Amino acid sequence: MKPFVLVTALLAATASPVLQAETVTEVQNRYRTGGAGPFHFERGERLWNSRQFQERRCSDCHGADLKQPGMHRRTRQPIEPMAPSVAQHRYTDPAKVEKWLLRNCKWTWGRACTAQEKGDLLEYLKRL
Amino acid sequence: MKQWIIGGLLAASGMMAAGLVTGSRYEGEREEHGKRFGFSLQDVAPVQNARYTEECGSCHFAYQPGLLPAASWHKLMGTLADHFGENAELDADTAAQLRRYLEANAADRVYAGRSRGIANSLRGMAPLRVTETPYFRRQHEEIPQRAVQGNPDVGSFSRCAACHTRAGEGVYNEHTVRIPGWAGRGD
Repeated sequence: MKPFVLVTALLAATASPVLQAETVTEVQNRYRTGGAGPFHFERGERLWNSRQFQERRCSDCHGADLKQPGMHRRTRQPIEPMAPSVAQHRYTDPAKVEKWLLRNCKWTWGRACTAQEKGDLLEYLKRL
Repeated sequence: MKQWIIGGLLAASGMMAAGLVTGSRYEGEREEHGKRFGFSLQDVAPVQNARYTEECGSCHFAYQPGLLPAASWHKLMGTLADHFGENAELDADTAAQLRRYLEANAADRVYAGRSRGIANSLRGMAPLRVTETPYFRRQHEEIPQRAVQGNPDVGSFSRCAACHTRAGEGVYNEHTVRIPGWAGRGD
C-alpha cells in the first residue's frame, strides 16, 4: 500500500510539466494534421506583439513580462502568468487552450487565428 | 385590579400596533437586523458552480445568478460572441449548462434576500447589466461618481468586489463595504 501511495504522489508531482508539454503538443499536432506547421518561436513572438486591429495586442492584458500576472484591461481582473514555467496548470487541457485562443484572437485582432498562427503562438509561449 | 386589567389591555394593544408597524416595514427591519448582527439575511446565494466560476470568473467578478432575472441571463448567454464588446464564446454544451444554472438560480426564481428586491424592482425589464436594475441604482444612488468611476482603484460599478469585501460570498451589506483610496465609510 505504502509504495503505491508514494508512486502516486510522485506521479502527481511530476504530472504537471509532462501533461503541459503533452497538451501543447497535442494541440499543435491537431493543427499539423490540418496542414499547418512547422511552428516557429520567433514568428509566435512577433504575432504576440503585433497590433492588427484597433491597436490591440496580447500584452494589453497579459502584461509585458509573461512570468508575472496580467490584468484584464477593462475589468481589472488579475490574469495568471502565461509562461508555463510558472503556470504549468494553464496548459493541461486542450479544450481550454483552444477556448482561449479562439476568444482572445477575436478580441485582440478582430478575427479567428489560423491554425498556423495558433501553432506559432503556442511554440512561443511553451518555451517561456 | 380593574386599573391593572385596563393597563394590561393598553399595553397589549400597544404591542400589537408596534407589531403592525414592524410588519409593514419588514424589509427595512430585516436589513437593519442583518446589519446589526453582521450576517446577510438580505443578500444573495453564493455561486455554487465551479464551471461558472471558471468560465465567467476568469475575466470578471463571478456575478451571482441571483443578481439578475432569468430573462436577462437568457439574453446574455445568447450573445456571448459580443459580450459587452468582448468575445466570450463558449462551446454549445458548456453554454447550455451554464444557462440552465443561471436561469434556475436567477433573481426571479430564488426570490429571496436581495434577489427578491432586484426582481421586484424590474417591472418586466430584463437588463443585461446588474448596474441597470432599479434596485442596484437605488442602493448606490448616494455613492459619488468620483468614488467609483473617478477612483483609479475602483473604476466601475461593475467591479463589485473592489468595494464589497465579501462580494464573493454573496454578502453585500453596508458594513462590509470599503471603498479603496476613499476616506470615510462605504456609505
